[in-house]
Amino acid sequence: MAILSRDEAQSILKKVLSFTTADECEATLNGTNGGNIRTARNTVSTAGAVDNISLAVEARFGKRSGVATCNQFDDATLRRCVQRAEEVARLAPESPEYVPLLGAQQYLTAPSFAQSTAGITPDYRASQALAGIKLCDQKKLSSASFLEDESGFIAKRNNKGLEAYQQFTNLDFSVTVRTPDGLGSGYAAGDFTDISKFDAGRMTQIAADKAAASVGAKAIEPGKYTVILEPAALVSNTDASLLGALMNAFDARNADEGRSFLSKKGGGNKKGEKLFDERVTIYSDPTSADIPGLVFAGDGRPRQKTTWIEKGVVKNLYSSRFWAQKAGIPDIPGPSGFIMAGGTASTADLIKSTQKGILVTRLWYIRPVDPQTLLYTGLTRDGTFYIENGKIKHPVKNFRFNESPIIMLNNLEAIGRPVRLGGNFVPPLKIRDFTFTSLSDAV
Amino acid sequence: MKRRDFVGLTSLAAGALFLPSFPSLAGEPVELARLFDPVMDAAINKRLADAALNAAKSAGASYADVRIGRYLNQALFTREKQVQNIANTESYGAGVRVIANGTWGFAATNNVSEAGLAKAAQLAVQIAKANAKAQKEPVKLAPQKGYGEVSWKAPIQQNAFEVPIAQKVDLLLAANAKAMENGASFVNSALFQVNEQKYFASTDGSYIDQDIHRIWPTFGITVVDRSTGKFRTRQALSASMGLGYEYLTPKAQDKIAGPAGSDVIGYKNSYDILEDAALAAKQTKQKLTAKSVTPGKYDLVLDPHHLGLTIHESVGHPLELDRVLGYEANFAGTSFATLDWKKQGKPYGSKLVNIVADKRQPGSLGAVGYDDEGVQTKEWDLIKDGKLVDYQKIRDQAHIVGQNESDGCCYAQSWQDVQFQRMPNVSLRPGAQKLSVDDMVKNVEKGIYIAGNGSFSIDQQRYNFQFGGQVFYAIENGKITGMLEDVAYQANTLEFWNSCAATCDQSDYRLVGFFNDGKGQPSQSSAVSHGSATTRFNGVNVINTARKI
Repeated sequence: MAILSRDEAQSILKKVLSFTTADECEATLNGTNGGNIRTARNTVSTAGAVDNISLAVEARFGKRSGVATCNQFDDATLRRCVQRAEEVARLAPESPEYVPLLGAQQYLTAPSFAQSTAGITPDYRASQALAGIKLCDQKKLSSASFLEDESGFIAKRNNKGLEAYQQFTNLDFSVTVRTPDGLGSGYAAGDFTDISKFDAGRMTQIAADKAAASVGAKAIEPGKYTVILEPAALVSNTDASLLGALMNAFDARNADEGRSFLSKKGGGNKKGEKLFDERVTIYSDPTSADIPGLVFAGDGRPRQKTTWIEKGVVKNLYSSRFWAQKAGIPDIPGPSGFIMAGGTASTADLIKSTQKGILVTRLWYIRPVDPQTLLYTGLTRDGTFYIENGKIKHPVKNFRFNESPIIMLNNLEAIGRPVRLGGNFVPPLKIRDFTFTSLSDAV
Repeated sequence: MKRRDFVGLTSLAAGALFLPSFPSLAGEPVELARLFDPVMDAAINKRLADAALNAAKSAGASYADVRIGRYLNQALFTREKQVQNIANTESYGAGVRVIANGTWGFAATNNVSEAGLAKAAQLAVQIAKANAKAQKEPVKLAPQKGYGEVSWKAPIQQNAFEVPIAQKVDLLLAANAKAMENGASFVNSALFQVNEQKYFASTDGSYIDQDIHRIWPTFGITVVDRSTGKFRTRQALSASMGLGYEYLTPKAQDKIAGPAGSDVIGYKNSYDILEDAALAAKQTKQKLTAKSVTPGKYDLVLDPHHLGLTIHESVGHPLELDRVLGYEANFAGTSFATLDWKKQGKPYGSKLVNIVADKRQPGSLGAVGYDDEGVQTKEWDLIKDGKLVDYQKIRDQAHIVGQNESDGCCYAQSWQDVQFQRMPNVSLRPGAQKLSVDDMVKNVEKGIYIAGNGSFSIDQQRYNFQFGGQVFYAIENGKITGMLEDVAYQANTLEFWNSCAATCDQSDYRLVGFFNDGKGQPSQSSAVSHGSATTRFNGVNVINTARKI
């Protein structure tokens, strides 16, 4: 039941809308089918499956709005759901930020669904988990991993003519491998629309190599260093991240209200200003084959290819429909993932071109320190290495950093080849003067 | 791409960034009246639970438990003069956990009928048998007696769900008005209320009916100085509590002033949101012109609202036995406090450091009568006179540390998630000697008083941490001399707790709570409180966090 075709979904939504007496009514169907498997200490610890579908109905009378949901689809339940939304709407206060529902929209097509991923079985999950376990058993290493997949759809329809539908699939995998003495740790992670590109064994091998290589870390003084930040040090599917934090700060209203790094002294925002190195270009494109996204936002607005930073210049900010109208600015929804333009250099190439520096596999426990400057703190983890004369010399103890992605993207030395991680597509970056403020004994 | 990416960035979501933490609401939105529907009836639940337990045993389970749960949430969001959103959600269903062939299996269903529960039980057994192929050691449970039919209710005075929404909205809007009158440029406020109605039964012979309530009023204030382009924020000094709406009726005896020279007020078992909003706006304005801290070593005097988060991160998490053993290695991490480290007997803290784990303290977020695997709750020592004496453990972990009893700290965030070891309330015992907050300050030559919890980060083995706060005051020669800004302290867990020099007595003791402590994959959220009195730590490294961009 969880995955409905466009026709099946729209036929339920049409029926829902036929029951309403509200001025405006919008109905959204969401369905997912998926599962997960978790391992630790080279054994399966938990496994589960999820199958869920739900309908949300928003009814509006004037500027009053109410929402109700249900997960049964017989006529009586659907009718009751609409009536409940209408009852709530009649009781709600008028919204001072009311904007009418959108009418018919044109949406792009995204390659966001792969049949291979939709067909994942519990046996497939177990076989991928066991591939990693077997490898670590042989190497006398200890692995902990998590695989989670989902296939699903979202369909929307309203009585102003809007109609939307999209299917998607996704698989997230991450693995941490540790040496039995606890002195080495490595990590690998990735996400995929199509599982034909996924191989848990290959990713576990990367984590295992990093674990073995990180044993015997030497302490070096904290301070400012040239660093090569691998993608897991820039974006994450489980934690806050430096580039994620930067993109989360592109909200026009916060900037206009004076409470963002994009706010301008005296009022207004910094759209059009060059704030980053000229090689920095960040955009989103739901039709990207590398990182397909959702072609419509939660309120039904179409998502297009949008450039946020071009050659270091802030090109666009996103906003709610209300704020766009009030401020008279372009009405752009936030992205469902972003792409940082990169080059062709591999991480190995970036290492070769580095005289002295530090290779960072992953940054962790990243938290905001100062919203004014986007200063964040966090720590290196799961493979931190000293580079000298273009070669990795030895592992180093982990550091705490205090750094702002704004400063970081001004201290850019080189950009590598992008990869997909955490729903984004980002390259490894070489950054000078990255600020490490203390050492950590953690492995 | 995931379904969560679908959610648009609305003005609500953007504004919510200025709240301390924006909890995700579990469950489906429902209309208000639904929250009062009687669904959970112990007699019916017993019949349903027996259907699940019998089906599990028939399918080959050696042990089974079932949790039938109804989880209600209500959240109100406002900014300045307007209501942004009112969300009522409900989640109802049952989870069945079994041991078959020495392996755990779990399945959940929202079909709460005898047939639905029996089917989930059979699926759980199937999953257990499939996973048994990859199992290296059979599950070994600490013995647990059945309690028969028992019940527990949180000792609340006023069910927050029964208070009219208009009354709650009016209170939030009044707090916003206080903030604006006192100089706030923007204010976001929210009230979260949770009711967990849980019925647990197991093949040990327990049938446990529980009713749990939690509440969290909060706000975030921003003051913008357009002429300089600077802005500063301050969040509420409220605690999330295991209380009813009575928490929002302020009582004079629950207000505890900070040291002379600061204008800080802390709150014990009731909260004055109007007073705090007014103070917060004034303090945020002062922050715009406060002196930037000179980095270096300082004696820190930490208020309980602040210290609770430091306790949470540097004592609560490292002593979770599943972390210690490596089960969280791929996500939250492991722990420095390994079984071998404990054997060495090195001091965790100074002799003043006595830290207790507890699942019973009235008003705390962790308080329940029985945990989610049917173990009666208790209080136990984690650190005694500075020495690590115990961990936090559940039934399948007790044997690993040579014990035969669970600590009763097993929890699942909903019926559809599998229960596992979660942090109980972890609290620093107040000092035996009579000491006030002014006594903490008077002997400090160069120090900083920090109130409220702010930025927090700690490594994956819980050695190196960095904490900020909400407001900072310089202490010079035993006196508060003015406000400071750009303060964060960095320390190593062991060095920090060994620098603990003095702690106030019981009269200053209070709880701070966290609604959304995350752990596990898929991640589950749990609510936990931490108690302490104002405490001094000598010679801690303070950094300056100001940057030019």
